[in-house]
Amino acid sequence: MMIRLIVMVLIIVLFLLWTRKFNQSVKTGNVVPGRFQLVGEMALNFVRKSIAHDQLGEKDGERFLPLLTTIFFMVLGMNITGIIPFANIAGTSVIGVPLVLAAAAYVTFIYAGIRRHGMKFFKNSLFPSGVPVYFYTLVTPIEFLSTFILRPVTLVLRLMMNMIAGHLLLVLCFSATHFFFFQTDGLFRAFGAGTFLFGFAFTLFEILVSVLQAYVFTLLTTVYIQLALADEH
Amino acid sequence: MISKILAATAPEGGELPNPLLPADYDIIWSSVIFVILLTFFWFKVLPGFKRMLDERAKAIEGRLAEAEEAQKAAERRTATVMAEQEKLRSEASSIREEARSEGATILAELKEQAAKEAERLVENGKSSLLAERDSASRALKAEIGALALELASRIVNEKLQDDKVANRVVDDFIAELEGKKVK
Repeated sequence: MMIRLIVMVLIIVLFLLWTRKFNQSVKTGNVVPGRFQLVGEMALNFVRKSIAHDQLGEKDGERFLPLLTTIFFMVLGMNITGIIPFANIAGTSVIGVPLVLAAAAYVTFIYAGIRRHGMKFFKNSLFPSGVPVYFYTLVTPIEFLSTFILRPVTLVLRLMMNMIAGHLLLVLCFSATHFFFFQTDGLFRAFGAGTFLFGFAFTLFEILVSVLQAYVFTLLTTVYIQLALADEH
Repeated sequence: MISKILAATAPEGGELPNPLLPADYDIIWSSVIFVILLTFFWFKVLPGFKRMLDERAKAIEGRLAEAEEAQKAAERRTATVMAEQEKLRSEASSIREEARSEGATILAELKEQAAKEAERLVENGKSSLLAERDSASRALKAEIGALALELASRIVNEKLQDDKVANRVVDDFIAELEGKKVK
């Protein structure tokens, strides 16, 4: 829990700094960004352009941008703690955060669907058009399961299990290294070097996974919203 | 295997925690954090970000518009200059044309005048010449008549005296004539 609070504070501080930069540039009319500001813009634009605008288009993208941005940076911040010394555990590797985020995504895409299509949203997603009537006995349960149950569950589990697995791997590698270095003699110490190398490699890998999972979580949320907004499936 | 690992991490005598079942505090505080971050991004970061982007877009557009304006002004100026040049050129050529035609008329006029003058002069000369000739021939006729008469009378007077005398008379007469002419 402490880690999540710390991450939250860090995210808020970082983005406050960026916001101040943005406001400054508006006030002074100096629209050429500095290096620090540029990094912030790239981060925010990544979610805004590559995820929201690409999937949802400008208008709807802007509507759901706050949620998507929050999800992305919260997941990223809490993932990355898994490899930061003295934190060493991902905030997302305990089910609370993934669950809350998935619930938010779930509520949002259902809200988006109902707002756009009213009750027809459920009809559209449960009884896709162009399917022979008698197939609905088969298609409707599948659609219901995949849309309304599996989507949030997979969102939660994918993120959490990735983080747990990464954490376990790192724990395994580094505790083995520690064991081989300090509690064995002779040749066994060589194993320590091997496990350390693996731990190192997996640390790098975890950075990739952190970013990737944040991206995937946000992208899937966006896609779900986009499917809910789409007129026909 | 996972359950064994989890069992190892569980506190002594505690029950096995299931990673899929959230604890109350977990879910509650995660929600709180999520809500705080969502509010933060929604009302603080993104509006500022958007304002900045708008401002930049405006600035860029403004600069583009300015550049376009400048270009248009330059084009207008060039067009004016060219039109003026064109006007000047045509004016110059028309002036030249005018001058040429005027020169031609003047020349023609002058030529005509000169021709008339020449004609007049020729006419004058002719008539004065005629008049002079007339008067000269009249005078000559009169004089010749008188002279002939005088000569004849002298010759008759001196004839019989001498040929020498006659010659001298003629010479005298001629000298007299010459003297008259000199006078």
